[in-house]
Amino acid sequence: MTDAPSCFDEMLAADGSVRAAYSDYSDWYHRQDPGLMRRKGQEAETFFRKTGITFNVYGDDAGEERLLPFDMIPRIITAGEWRKLVKGIEQRVRALNAFLHDIYHRQEIIRAGRVPESLISKNAAFLPQMMGMIPPGGVYTHIVGIDLVRTGPDEFMVLEDNARTPSGVSYMLENRETMMAMFPELFTAMDVRPVQDYPRRLAESLAACAPSCAGGNSDGRPVVAVLTPGIYNSAYFEHAFLADQMGAELVEGSDLRVVDGRVAMRTTRGFEPIDVLYRRVDDDYLDPLSFNPSSRLGVPGIMDIYRAGKITIANAPGTGIADDNAIYSFMPAIVEFYTGEKPLLANVPTWRCSEADSLAYVLDNLAELVVKEVHGSGGYGMLIGPTSSKKEITAFAAKLRARPDNYIAQPTLALSTVPILAKAGLAPRHVDLRPFVLVSPDGIQITPGGLTRVALKQGSLVVNSSQGGGTKDTWVLAD
Amino acid sequence: MLGRTANGVFWMGRYLERAENTSRLIEAGFRMALTRDLVTSQEEWRSVVSTVGHTKQYELYNATYTGVQVWNFLLRDRNNPGSVLAMIEGARTAARAVRTALTREVWEAVNESWMVIGEALARPVREAALGQVLALIRRQAMLVRGAVDGSMLRSENFNFFRIGTFIERGDNTARILDVKYYVLLPSLAWVGSRLDNVQWESVLRSVSGERAYRWLNAGSIDPRGIAEFLLLDQRFPRSLNFCLDNLRSNLASLAHQYGHESSAHEVLRGVSSRFHQSSIETIFEAGLHQFIQEFIARNRQVAQAIEHDYRFYA
Repeated sequence: MTDAPSCFDEMLAADGSVRAAYSDYSDWYHRQDPGLMRRKGQEAETFFRKTGITFNVYGDDAGEERLLPFDMIPRIITAGEWRKLVKGIEQRVRALNAFLHDIYHRQEIIRAGRVPESLISKNAAFLPQMMGMIPPGGVYTHIVGIDLVRTGPDEFMVLEDNARTPSGVSYMLENRETMMAMFPELFTAMDVRPVQDYPRRLAESLAACAPSCAGGNSDGRPVVAVLTPGIYNSAYFEHAFLADQMGAELVEGSDLRVVDGRVAMRTTRGFEPIDVLYRRVDDDYLDPLSFNPSSRLGVPGIMDIYRAGKITIANAPGTGIADDNAIYSFMPAIVEFYTGEKPLLANVPTWRCSEADSLAYVLDNLAELVVKEVHGSGGYGMLIGPTSSKKEITAFAAKLRARPDNYIAQPTLALSTVPILAKAGLAPRHVDLRPFVLVSPDGIQITPGGLTRVALKQGSLVVNSSQGGGTKDTWVLAD
Repeated sequence: MLGRTANGVFWMGRYLERAENTSRLIEAGFRMALTRDLVTSQEEWRSVVSTVGHTKQYELYNATYTGVQVWNFLLRDRNNPGSVLAMIEGARTAARAVRTALTREVWEAVNESWMVIGEALARPVREAALGQVLALIRRQAMLVRGAVDGSMLRSENFNFFRIGTFIERGDNTARILDVKYYVLLPSLAWVGSRLDNVQWESVLRSVSGERAYRWLNAGSIDPRGIAEFLLLDQRFPRSLNFCLDNLRSNLASLAHQYGHESSAHEVLRGVSSRFHQSSIETIFEAGLHQFIQEFIARNRQVAQAIEHDYRFYA
């Protein structure tokens, strides 16, 4: 796909002048030796390999580990821009939690006719086991990632909500570490807001949601553990990283068992109860007695303990009902319903192919649209009209006609660009942004910045790591 | 600490130790083979394979015992589950699974070892490169041990790593002795030919003990002295007694942290008291081979008791 000529570059204005956010950085950059900058890039790669910051790619050679490509040019956001984003994100996250509470209790929003009943009850992400239950602390989504795209100076839109188990925060942290190691002078000269306290805040936030029976260990603090599917999971590095940074145990299903009405881990001294489980295992695998019976990644019986209020599961089971692509198109109405305010962050216009008029429009305009599966993620199973051949579009149209309910469509957005360091110097590439949000009874915290994903191929709009995207350090400037 | 984590740290220690010992063993075999004719050098390589206990597996895939076949089998053959490559991969997988129990330095040392040794063993190792490859393996294992020693909290994690290391080391030294014990027997040693001197030296060399032994014994080589050195010397870091001492102190540290002993302590006391009552004379009288066999069996019992007591498995 060729760049839309109108697409917004975050560093350079149309007349070639440097935007305010980048002015200090640009001055610094132009004083650097280009050869040295490139060598620093290689240093960074060696550093990532040595520290084992890798992810596994499914479907490739078993156990193959890849680096997530890292680009050294930071993505910079001004204090003013960030303030606005924070307000919009907080509002959205409050609405997500209120929606989840409502869906699993009285379902007022359905009664009010704002969200169709069938979209909930027939949705695989809806868990009837959660009906009528209030999670400890009253929080459903403890950790949320809101994917944002930018199309203009003041135009940020939500592309996707991640309310299940958003990943990528370890890259946010390691990217910053790498940048500080490579360019310490930049951080002396510029006032960049820190991100490093994320693990501590995460630990506090999780502990604040502990069940009332917590605090049984010697120092009276709740016992927090991170549940990973294991070393072959694509995000294993992140699971280990977060557990390590929080000083929590990193557990697998085989370490856990229900003992005396609690979920407990097998330690060298015997079984010890866990108060808060930050699980990085999907709902379906969490409890073979309640969900997928063949799962060996979860804990048999954990849902009974959970319903009895003896453990906190973060995020709560069943939160997927809030970030499903089919629900996404209703988010403006959801935000308004629960907050009584107009949404501060816009949605990307979305056609629901389940509706006849929309389907007709989408079929007529496939060549210009992006079509996504309702329950898909990671950039798999989607059609990007402008980059697809006639044959691909015809084939996709057939799939669409056969199961219209399974798809939504969106216009192809002119995503903003940020420069990367290419062979010939700075070159613009499309980006998105995933800020990380923590929710506890004490409030909502948003780490300034987040994970900027960048499409490394010229003109490409797909930033997913599974599709050849990379990452950047994201700077929010202090006031 | 999770039982699975204790298990992982324990095996990380064992795998690294075994990789290092295998490389020493190859080095000793290689040196010896250089001083021999083709037939006796094949015998030498056969005994190297038998020391690591993979004769059956080796003979499934190889008809002869040439040096290049043996060292490639021991270093990198996918048909050899105990190859150095498999050990390094095992150590790294274990380290990755217990990442949170290790310091960054230790993890990076293990990860780097896996990268550079994997690279060095990606293709068959030629004779001209063998020395370098073996040195690299030893150096990387020492790097990890150094990182453990210099950066890890003296808690259970550290103890389980050390216990794995010394269980494995004791087993390895005992196996070397067991395959070569006949050259240390007085009746044969009587021959005193140059060839036997080379054999004894080879035993010492495979545990990096030749310089220490010469220094302690002012250069004179005698089989009884070598046996005593490898079995009973408490100063030499690869002797059986030294390994037992370290097991004892690490188990004692666990008992201190846990507030009680486990069955492993009892089993270990049995082995230790046997050692304290033995002199090299009584060992030779009762039979060197038998003594070593008994040690290997008891050492394994200690490992099993630890696995059980500290809930390594579900």
